[in-house]
Amino acid sequence: MRFTLNGARADVAAHPMKRLLDVLREECGLTGTKEGCGEGECGACTVLVAGEPVVSCLVPFAQVAEQEVVTIEGLGDDHPLQHHFLNEAGAQCGICTPGMIMVALTLGRNPTLEQMRTALAGNLCRCTGYEAIYRAIGRACGRS
Amino acid sequence: MRTAISSLTLREPRSLAEALRMLRDEALTPLAGSTDLYVSLNFGTLAARTFLDLSRLDELREIAVRANTLRIGALATYTAIIRSPHVTARLPMLADAARQIGGVQIQNRGTLGGNIANGSPAGDTLPALAAADAVLVLQSTDGERRVPFTQFYTGYRTSVRRTDELIVAIEVAPIEGRQWFRKVGTRAAQAISKIMLAGIRAPAPRLALGSVAATVVRLPLTERALASGATIAEAERVLQGEITPLDDLRSTADYRRRVAGNLLRRFWIDTA
Repeated sequence: MRFTLNGARADVAAHPMKRLLDVLREECGLTGTKEGCGEGECGACTVLVAGEPVVSCLVPFAQVAEQEVVTIEGLGDDHPLQHHFLNEAGAQCGICTPGMIMVALTLGRNPTLEQMRTALAGNLCRCTGYEAIYRAIGRACGRS
Repeated sequence: MRTAISSLTLREPRSLAEALRMLRDEALTPLAGSTDLYVSLNFGTLAARTFLDLSRLDELREIAVRANTLRIGALATYTAIIRSPHVTARLPMLADAARQIGGVQIQNRGTLGGNIANGSPAGDTLPALAAADAVLVLQSTDGERRVPFTQFYTGYRTSVRRTDELIVAIEVAPIEGRQWFRKVGTRAAQAISKIMLAGIRAPAPRLALGSVAATVVRLPLTERALASGATIAEAERVLQGEITPLDDLRSTADYRRRVAGNLLRRFWIDTA
């Protein structure tokens, strides 16, 4: 089945009902996307499909046919969000971090705290208490 | 994931006509945003093995106003509902409900038709549809029929939908009066409802409660009391006689009873 993965054309043979999460990790070797709860509650497995954040544990592979999928690996190694998550200690155990960053990518410039809180309502973090995450995203998105 | 994927089959129609033919010829479980279904699959609790993928039927995504009726395609996502100027103008309580479902990841995938078909008593959009007197458009290869939403469910997760029918759209006639929706869960975001109330403040008020019975319920006695000029205290007494909330893993009957009364009062104050 053909789709676009992190900007490159991909053609992967996998069962149409396989979870996108498992296709990414097992067939594509992209293990940056984490499995948390497996029921769409925690946001750890968030990726972008057609530019919108979705939880890849609840997406059948067939439903990304011909679509554009972006995972945490799609950011490369030098993205401002990555630097600010490091600098602000926005990542501790790190399991929620890829999902947090994928949602943060969809925020515009200078998001308000309220906009960040609403956008991240579906991403749970049990380490940081969120404040460091909001700081990291705020800095990366141009808030001073 | 606890379900063996290799035991599953997915039919992938390219058009509504093809989907309806497949549904006529074979026992299939329709699959749209997958946000409910994949939870059951992941936990190995879903009995169905053969599915019908509706995601390519773009004709069912449209939200439009025709002949002064709001028509929401069954595949409209919660995000599409939140962003739709037609919904904001005509059915703001549905947009309010959609905003409180899961996080953005779920709102981007879950569909209104799916919320209805799944039929959970805790379905967040259902009280708004019941209070709005929405009409469901069901289609099969034999044609289409319209069913008032308040007559759709026959019991816990059961409905009048035949196995060869698809929910294709939800229609809502113009509503006079102020609309109100409130969901009460354990936290503001990402929580399953303990109870929700949708209401319309008009000379003949309309009220619907979710998560207090096997299906979403309208409150005809309480509505009548308010329409005939009862005080809010009298209306609350009628409400308490009209509902029979349940104890379950999310809440207790006592708590739901008390909060239902509080929600009625809050609705009345907010819409005064």
